[in-house]
Amino acid sequence: MFLLVVGTAVVLTRDLLKAAMLFAIYSLTIAGLFVVLDAGDVALTEAAVGAGISTILILAALTLVPGRERQQKGHSLPALLIVLITGAALVYAVSDLPEFGNPNNPVHQHVGPYYVEQTYPDMGIPNMVAAVLASYRSIDTMGEAIVILTAGIAVYALLSVPPKRRRRRTAENKDESQ
Amino acid sequence: MKDNAILVIVARFLIPLVMLFGLYVQFHGEYSPGGGFQAGVLFAAAWILFVLIYGLETGLRVIPLRVIYSFACLGVLLYCSVGLLGVVLGGRFLDYQPLLASPQAAQQAGIILVEFGVGVTVASVVMMVFLQFARRRALSQAAGLELDQEQDRS
Repeated sequence: MFLLVVGTAVVLTRDLLKAAMLFAIYSLTIAGLFVVLDAGDVALTEAAVGAGISTILILAALTLVPGRERQQKGHSLPALLIVLITGAALVYAVSDLPEFGNPNNPVHQHVGPYYVEQTYPDMGIPNMVAAVLASYRSIDTMGEAIVILTAGIAVYALLSVPPKRRRRRTAENKDESQ
Repeated sequence: MKDNAILVIVARFLIPLVMLFGLYVQFHGEYSPGGGFQAGVLFAAAWILFVLIYGLETGLRVIPLRVIYSFACLGVLLYCSVGLLGVVLGGRFLDYQPLLASPQAAQQAGIILVEFGVGVTVASVVMMVFLQFARRRALSQAAGLELDQEQDRS
């Protein structure tokens, strides 16, 4: 419920600083939710990355751009229609999901049991998530590490170019800041 | 913000703790929640807090630019070379079994090394991204660009 309120506030607010702060609150609440669902690894990631670093990076980006969203006039009716139809389809699909926590669900029947049973004999470590990430599926994790490095290089390439003086008329500036 | 006594004292207390927790998350990741990604982010967060309080210059004196760039690549390199080491020692790519005699110890060593590589890369990339934004702002100001931000806040 709290998530709904915060999420709506993020969408509605025009002040980007406020939106970033609200988004951090949203992430932290989700992290709490993950803890309740007993997913410690995901919770830690969400708290550190979602609530911590991404907020800082958004704030750092905000120092380079105007702090307020520009007002857009008018509404797009087709967009509303598409969103409504997609939302209705998703809500309809939820009724078809298997029962939460049922051991006969497909997600518990595939490779899950193998990992649960074999992690300790194979590795001798209790944390299954680490075992799956770094050993059973280590090529995926290598791909992730490379993606992160690529992202860093891309940011470097974009931002290390010395800024050029952009000529803008003062009237335009005023429009933007209002 | 160097002159603010409260901030400096809190940071002096907090930064080592955050770094320690980052290392704990890194190397205790097989036993408790955690791993390379989270640890890297935590470590970078400690450095960013340091930069926010003491300024970019001091922060870069602690961890020089060249170190950040090379560590970002070294982490991925460590990951790949652990994988290749398995091949050299007669296994498959990213197969940890040949690394050590005992299969369990080999798996653990592989996981720890690989996670360390991920942690190093993530920490340096996050630092690098933050650094680029901070420097960009300094550069824009030096170039005399008008930043709309100031007008908005007032």
